[in-house]
Amino acid sequence: MTDYLLILVSTILVNNFVLVQFLGLCPFMGVSGKLETAMGMSLATTFVLTLSSVCSYLAYTYLLAPLDLAFLKTITFILVIAVVVQFTEMVVRKTSPLLYRVLGIFLPLITTNCAVLGVALLNLNKNNNFVESVLYGFGAAAGFSLVLVLFAAMRERIAVADVPVSFQGAAIGMVTAGLMSLAFLGFTGLVSV
Amino acid sequence: MWTGILIAVLVLLGLALVFGGLLGFASERFRVEGNPLVEQIDALLPQTQCGQCGFPGCRPYAESIASGDAINKCPPGGESTIKALADLLDVEPQPLDAEHGVEQARRVAVIREDECIGCTKCIQACPVDAILGAAKHMHTVIESECTGCDLCVEPCPVDCIDMITIEPDIRSWVWTPPTSGIIATDRQEASA
Repeated sequence: MTDYLLILVSTILVNNFVLVQFLGLCPFMGVSGKLETAMGMSLATTFVLTLSSVCSYLAYTYLLAPLDLAFLKTITFILVIAVVVQFTEMVVRKTSPLLYRVLGIFLPLITTNCAVLGVALLNLNKNNNFVESVLYGFGAAAGFSLVLVLFAAMRERIAVADVPVSFQGAAIGMVTAGLMSLAFLGFTGLVSV
Repeated sequence: MWTGILIAVLVLLGLALVFGGLLGFASERFRVEGNPLVEQIDALLPQTQCGQCGFPGCRPYAESIASGDAINKCPPGGESTIKALADLLDVEPQPLDAEHGVEQARRVAVIREDECIGCTKCIQACPVDAILGAAKHMHTVIESECTGCDLCVEPCPVDCIDMITIEPDIRSWVWTPPTSGIIATDRQEASA
């Protein structure tokens, strides 16, 4: 039980995928302009990351490993992720047309979010079992969501703040992201998994 | 060595086939009927079917908004509708486009019944079927159904239809805003 808790704390805070491992920076900068969009993106990414983590684990353990095809893992994982993203897109389009419109191009771009492939590959490196893979994927997604929502909230306030002209727009965003990353370094040593 | 490659190709092929089938099933299962955004926009429009926006009714205008038309062409809806549409579509609210008419108080059509000749022309013009009557018989308006769209006034050959502003009752009454000039700075601006 403690192990599972440690995995969550580790992926959400200590080894945060965005701010410590620098994976998935594209949506982190791209969709953080508005809090509402960021929340939608967080939900979609959480769903995709958890599901693709599970599917990749199953595909590797029950298909690639027995057939001695470990060298196919990258292409297989990409295939699995693309399918999960496509599926999510269909479901979102049906259930929430507005969210579909707001997310726009970023929804299919979850496919190229390297955090998703990163989680699938890191699961193998760490020899995680099924439950650990689920938790690792979910933890990574929760960490991503936390950071994305925090960052979006900050950028909304920065948008109305009096920023020097040369720092306006993406520049102050990058500076903020860097400072957040520094802050997350403070969690190092809390746990190590 | 060749069997290894063959197995790898077959496995990938099998996976691709399974996933393709899954997605095909999902696209059938989650098929989107029309554009669901149109429904949401249509629900916000006042459903007067008056055609002042230049479209034959509220729904065609909703479809046009969904594909990027301006949201300020609906005089019966007025400012509140524009605000609601701006919220839904996440765009800036604009003032009402004067080209399509001005916002008025809610009105209702009333037929002066002793002058009606029973020509049925207003019945054909009414977009919401709020006018009751038959050929060569007196017509009358169902007040609760009338949207106040003015469309029946024009075709009437004897001009016996009046548009009457609905007097505020206990549900629709609001405080009248104070006359300008009660604040000192307002008076200064007016005199400047």
